[in-house]
Amino acid sequence: MKSFRIILIGSSAGGLQAIMQILPELSKEYPIPIILVQHRAKEPKDLLEEVLQHKTKLKVKQADEKEKILPGHIYVAPPDYHLLIEQNETFSLSSDEPVQYSRPSIDVLFESAASVYGASLLAIILTGANQDGTQGLKAIKSKNGYTISQNPKEATFQLMPESAIASNTIDKVLNLNEIKQFLINLSNHV
Amino acid sequence: MEVEEHQLWGFLEKLYLNFGYDFRDYARASLKRRICHYLQLKKINSLHELWETIESNELALEQMIQEISVTVTEMFRDPTFFKSLNKHVIPRLKTYPFFKVWVAGCATGEEVYTIAIILKEAGLLERSIIYATDINQHSLKRASDGIFPIDSMKNYIANYQQYGGLGEFSQYYSAKYNAVMMNKDLSKNIVFAPHNLAVDHVFNEFELIICRNVLIYFNQNLQNKVINLFYQSLCDFGYLGLGSKESLLFTDKRKNFVEIDRKEKLFMKS
Repeated sequence: MKSFRIILIGSSAGGLQAIMQILPELSKEYPIPIILVQHRAKEPKDLLEEVLQHKTKLKVKQADEKEKILPGHIYVAPPDYHLLIEQNETFSLSSDEPVQYSRPSIDVLFESAASVYGASLLAIILTGANQDGTQGLKAIKSKNGYTISQNPKEATFQLMPESAIASNTIDKVLNLNEIKQFLINLSNHV
Repeated sequence: MEVEEHQLWGFLEKLYLNFGYDFRDYARASLKRRICHYLQLKKINSLHELWETIESNELALEQMIQEISVTVTEMFRDPTFFKSLNKHVIPRLKTYPFFKVWVAGCATGEEVYTIAIILKEAGLLERSIIYATDINQHSLKRASDGIFPIDSMKNYIANYQQYGGLGEFSQYYSAKYNAVMMNKDLSKNIVFAPHNLAVDHVFNEFELIICRNVLIYFNQNLQNKVINLFYQSLCDFGYLGLGSKESLLFTDKRKNFVEIDRKEKLFMKS
């Protein structure tokens, strides 16, 4: 069993339901920080963090710039900003152009995290109707990170996982309940 | 395109020592992304190769600086911020016979015109001077031209309506072909000038400073330096507006500002 220091999740259309199936059983002491980029509208009134918090014992919070990344948290990329990770394992934000029509973009987070965490990075790509994430997964593979895609057959929107799988960047294709179990098993091996 | 951390560090150091452009205190992750992007765009294979290109070619150097320092913004981005500005700051500005506003890091000027429209609707435009500054001369030129792609207007109109603007947004520009030109009366009291927040100093005193989504590109050290620069540049009880994810947390001046609107990141020098 590999040991990971960071878990990244990228999801788009249909993502919230998928995430809510993966996360509920993770314990409060889950040892690996989780960072989520869910494509979202820029209106500040969406309740993504609140909705997720109801489903998990981990602390859900929007990532703040310069914030130190700690276990026990699910960090969510804020609306209308890209989320990046610095070498000292703190967050950075940018309002550079949208990537794949998205800000936050999964590619931006994945690419910046790849060079920080190398082989101790786990990235998961879920349902979505565009190709964000694929470039980021390439960067992660080039640094020997580990990658999982939701099984497109089960995904609400196939394009995002299909695009990732087609680019030969995915180590494992799993259904949501298998991803859930994979994450639970990780906490027994840290 | 792969750029290692130590290579980037060396490159930024050389850039500063040889040409005075100081990106050493920029937040690394986004700067690295921009530089990698530039390498790809120009089909350059390494930072070493990039250095050879710019070392002896001033035009190439300028071009690279412009590309990596470009920032994007929109008119009335975060309408609730400008709503708060209108509610808390405009009433005080009305008490001055004359006042100065600094839009620091104004990029291509979208927020400068936003401020001008707000002041115009408050009947204050004639009493104000807006200083719009940026490190990027190419962006500044576009800002002073006041010409924007017509595609963006739909979004800006929605923002303006959410802000609660008094009129029709379309009254502030004229459209031609695929572009709009902002009305000249908005910009007649705007001074566009180059200013580099990383190295330049106080140049005037202001009643209001707006600097949104610029500090996120800086590390804590440079954030602190810039907030100190703003502190020195503000009049007593002058206002400072930051971006929705920015704060005074990493600055020794945080006790010298009062939070006017915590959520909208509006502060007053105390």
